[in-house]
Amino acid sequence: MADKVIKKGIINILVAVIALLILLSPLVADDYLLGVLITILTSAYLAQCWNLMSGYAGQFSFGHAAFFGLGAYTSSLLYVDFGISPILGMFAGAAVAAVVGLIIGFLSFRYKLKGDYFALATLAFAEILRVLFNNTPALKAAVGITIPYVDNWKVFQFGDRKIYFYTAFVMVAGITYFLYRMQKTKMGLYFIAIRENEDAGNALGIDTFKYKLIALTLSAVLTALAGTFYAQYYLFIDPSIVFNSTISVGAIAPCIIGGVGTILGPVLGAFILTPISELTNTYFASFSGMNMVIYGAILISVIIFLPNGVMGIFNKNKSKRKLNLNIKLKSNLKQIQ
Amino acid sequence: MIQSLLEGILMGGVYALAALGVSLIFGVMKITNFAHGALTMIGMYVTYEICNRLGVVPYVALPLTTVVMFFIGYIIQQGLINPIITAPSHNQLLLTLGISIILENMALAIWTPNYKSITVPGFDKALNVAGISINKPKVVAFIFVVVVTSIIYVILTRTDLGRAIRATSMESEGASLVGIRIKNINSIAFAIGVACAGIAGTLLTPILYISPSIGNTLLLKCFVISVLGGLGNIWGALLAGLIIGVVESTSGFMLGGTWSEMVIYAIFILTLFMKPTGLFGRRVSRG
Repeated sequence: MADKVIKKGIINILVAVIALLILLSPLVADDYLLGVLITILTSAYLAQCWNLMSGYAGQFSFGHAAFFGLGAYTSSLLYVDFGISPILGMFAGAAVAAVVGLIIGFLSFRYKLKGDYFALATLAFAEILRVLFNNTPALKAAVGITIPYVDNWKVFQFGDRKIYFYTAFVMVAGITYFLYRMQKTKMGLYFIAIRENEDAGNALGIDTFKYKLIALTLSAVLTALAGTFYAQYYLFIDPSIVFNSTISVGAIAPCIIGGVGTILGPVLGAFILTPISELTNTYFASFSGMNMVIYGAILISVIIFLPNGVMGIFNKNKSKRKLNLNIKLKSNLKQIQ
Repeated sequence: MIQSLLEGILMGGVYALAALGVSLIFGVMKITNFAHGALTMIGMYVTYEICNRLGVVPYVALPLTTVVMFFIGYIIQQGLINPIITAPSHNQLLLTLGISIILENMALAIWTPNYKSITVPGFDKALNVAGISINKPKVVAFIFVVVVTSIIYVILTRTDLGRAIRATSMESEGASLVGIRIKNINSIAFAIGVACAGIAGTLLTPILYISPSIGNTLLLKCFVISVLGGLGNIWGALLAGLIIGVVESTSGFMLGGTWSEMVIYAIFILTLFMKPTGLFGRRVSRG
């Protein structure tokens, strides 16, 4: 027991030190490195959003681009067409994503979609939104939106990249802390129960429909914020960027690499994956496609050799037990079918 | 109108053949193969290379492409998919997605993003029947689709191999108890599925421009068709392919090209909600 407490203390200190180092890094980083760090943080944030719904509550989404795109588009349209600051638009985007998330979730869970079927449904919804935005002139169609550069914090624009960095840092720290706290609440435990065995959860009196819906909507809201951040950072969006399935994959991959359903896994995954793809991108600049081949190869090797992600190495016993449980569950399910 | 209907049926057949692979793979291994679109694309490039190197038309290259794709499928299954066959389904899904990313970008590195095309001599002119002009490669493709589907049907229903595949897809533990080597069957089923993708790719080379990203659009159509036809159901996939082909061409004709995509996705979502077991599926066992 005492061993466990000490171990936990060490991990906490380690996390705090690393977070502090990251926090101080802009003091020494140049513009390029700062850009990479921002990419890492946004990718970590997106992965945490996905982790909330798919890692903890076990509802595998393949359509997070839908919420990301809605967030980006709502705030940008409000700003460009009506002059409403993206700081407010961000919340409008979150509201829109919440509504769409509720609709997707209500329909999918009402018709009891699970596993691969649910993943395919979310993918289809994201694609529908992409086609819709691509073909509706009122939504700027395929041209996309260019956000005029004014460098004023009141419209969520900062001349200094450092401020974007700190914003992203706060977002990641916030969502990670939220997940950490959530784990111990009733809601968090319900999520995990749904992931491990939904029928058993139902039998024990958990309103699984309601809690799945909460997980999806919460994840949608948080993902929309990332969409607004993206729009304000790059100042250009179009449907083929923000509704692209690469955004959805970008939310999943760091999580898988780091460890699905762990607090630090997605952040760790982002810190592994993004630098590698940045490096290969510059290294194979003349050989287009090679960097993505390596990206895919990393993804595949992690899935085969580290099925519980990098975090799985640290809590080996736990992960072994979980894997056994998974196999058992799967064979049980097969028997029932 | 009639013309677009006919074109839809012909194209639908080719989509159906590709979707057949998805359906078969899901039926046997319960894996949603996200690499299927990319494998179809690889099939197109393999055909392209064979045609260029040997100076033949795609239809002559077809047997060779089929064999090559069969082996590619076999190797992928043995090397990558077998190790994760008991893993949670999101890991399986992501693994096939990883394969798809690798294949697409390898194609980008090898063949560049420039569009490539193959013209079959004598086939560039449209066929005119009673005032309706039809694209010749589409007609030939459809004939091949019918032949290939029949062959696969015969293999699945009349041979020991086929019976073993069907037994595995119905009840893999039971099948292993009666002495079927599940690992082998999985590999062969996956290889046949990939070969289907390859054949569809070959048949598409004279119709569509070849590019590394073409797999993505095909992939979604494959999913729609295989779910609509009922995952694991061959004739269902063929019929669903025809339906999707017709829906695509007629809605494209009436609403304009890009909106037809939306109609197809809407059908997809409705199928997932209403009848995830597909058109001929048994009652849903929602446990």
